[in-house]
Amino acid sequence: MSAWLTLVRRDLRLALRQGGDAAMVIAFFFLAVTLFPLGVGPAPETLSRIAAGIVWVTALLAALLSLERLFLADYEDGSLEVLALMPLPLEFQVLAKALAHWLTTGLPLTLVAPLLALLLHLDRAGFGMLVAGMALGTPTLSLVGAVGAALTLGARRGGVLLSLLVLPLYIPVLIFGVGATEAAITGLAVRPHLLLLTALLLAAIPLAPVAAAAALRQAVE
Amino acid sequence: MLRLANPARFMRFSAAILPWCAAATALCLGVGLILALFVAPPDYQQGEAVRIMYVHVPAAYMASMIYAVVALASAVALIWRHPLADIAAQEAAPLGAGFTLICLISGSLWGEPMWGTWWVWDARLTSVLVLFFLYLGYLALINAFDDPSRGAKAGAILALVGVVNLPIIKFSVDWWSTLHQPASIFRMGGPTIAASMLWPLGIMALGFTLFFVTLLLVRMRSRLLAARIRAIRLTA
Repeated sequence: MSAWLTLVRRDLRLALRQGGDAAMVIAFFFLAVTLFPLGVGPAPETLSRIAAGIVWVTALLAALLSLERLFLADYEDGSLEVLALMPLPLEFQVLAKALAHWLTTGLPLTLVAPLLALLLHLDRAGFGMLVAGMALGTPTLSLVGAVGAALTLGARRGGVLLSLLVLPLYIPVLIFGVGATEAAITGLAVRPHLLLLTALLLAAIPLAPVAAAAALRQAVE
Repeated sequence: MLRLANPARFMRFSAAILPWCAAATALCLGVGLILALFVAPPDYQQGEAVRIMYVHVPAAYMASMIYAVVALASAVALIWRHPLADIAAQEAAPLGAGFTLICLISGSLWGEPMWGTWWVWDARLTSVLVLFFLYLGYLALINAFDDPSRGAKAGAILALVGVVNLPIIKFSVDWWSTLHQPASIFRMGGPTIAASMLWPLGIMALGFTLFFVTLLLVRMRSRLLAARIRAIRLTA
C-alpha cells in the first residue's frame, strides 16, 4: 500500500513540478468553450440547449491533452523498465498513474465546469448533475486514456493516434454524462444515467489496468 | 490449428483449398444475387427498394463477425503465441473495415427513400460508426511502429479492448428505442422475417462469408510470400 501511495505522490510531484500542466488543461478548457459562442452565436437559448454537450466534449478533449505524457517520460529515461521489475504489480502502478492523472486533470476540470456552464447559460437545474456526472466520468476517462497511452508508447504520431484510439471508447461516458444533465433539466430520471456511469467506472477500474499493463510489458521487452 | 502454425504447411493447405473456396464464393454469390434481385418478393411497404437489404444486412453481419474474428485471433496470438494468428488478425481487419463501410453506405442509400434522411444518430448507426473507427484505429496502430512485432502486439490488445462494442451493437436496438428496425432474425422466439426473404438473405450472408474466407486466405498467402521474398533478398 505504501509503495502504491509513494507512486501516486511521485507522479503528483512530477506533474506539479512542471507547474503549467494542470493550468494549461484548464486554460484549454476555457478557450475551447469560448469558441462555441463565437461560432454558433451568443443567443442564450441556443447556447443553453447545447451547453451540457459543449462542456462534456471540451472536457473530453482537454483530458486527452495530457495523456500522451502519462508514460512517455518514464519510457524514455528507462524508469519504466525498473518499474516493471518492481514487486508491486504493473496493474497497480497503472492505477496509481491514472489516479495522479485524474487528480491533476479530471478533478480540476470537474471543479471548473460549473463556471463554464454559467458562461454557456446552462439551465440551473442541470448544474448539480453536470458536476456529479463529470466526477463519475472523468476517472473513467483517465483509466481508458491510460490504456491508449500505453498502447501508443513509442509510436509514430503518437499524440494523434492516441486520440483516434481513445475517443471511440470515450463515447459511452459522453452519452451518459450528457444524458444525466439533460435528464435533470427536463425532469426525467437521472438514476439510470448515473448508475451506468458508475458501472462504466467500476468496469474500467479492474479491466483498464490489465490492458494497459499488458501494453506496457510489451513496450519494455 | 496447431498443425497449420507451420507457414509452409499453411501455404500448402491454403493452396489446396483456395480454388474450392473461390468457386463456392462465386456460386453462392451468383445464386444469392439472382434470388435477391429477381426471385425474392418485393416488400408490401417498401416495394423493390427492399432489395438493398440483401447487401446491407449481410455486410452488417460481416462487419461484426470479422471484428470477432480479429479479436479471437488476437487472443490466440497473445495467449498461445500462434505464429499465424497475428497475421490472420491483421489481414482480416481491412476486410472488416471495408464491409463496415459497405454497411454504412448501403444503409444510408436505403435510409434516404425509406426514412427520408441519409443519416440519423440513433444507437445502431452510431455504434456501427464507432466500430468503423475502431477498425481504423486498429489499422493505424499496427502500422505506427518501426518494429512490426510491437505493432502486432499493441494491435492485439486494442482489438480485445474494443470487443466491448460488439454486444452494444447487437443489443442497441433493444436497449434504446431507435429508428433502425429491431432484430428480426436472431432473437428470442425465432425469426419474424418471411421465409421467401430469409433464404436469399441467408445465401447472400453465406456468399459474403465465403468471399471473406477466400480473400483472407489470399491476403495471408501474399503476406507470407512477401516475407519470404524479403528473406531471400537479404541473403542474396
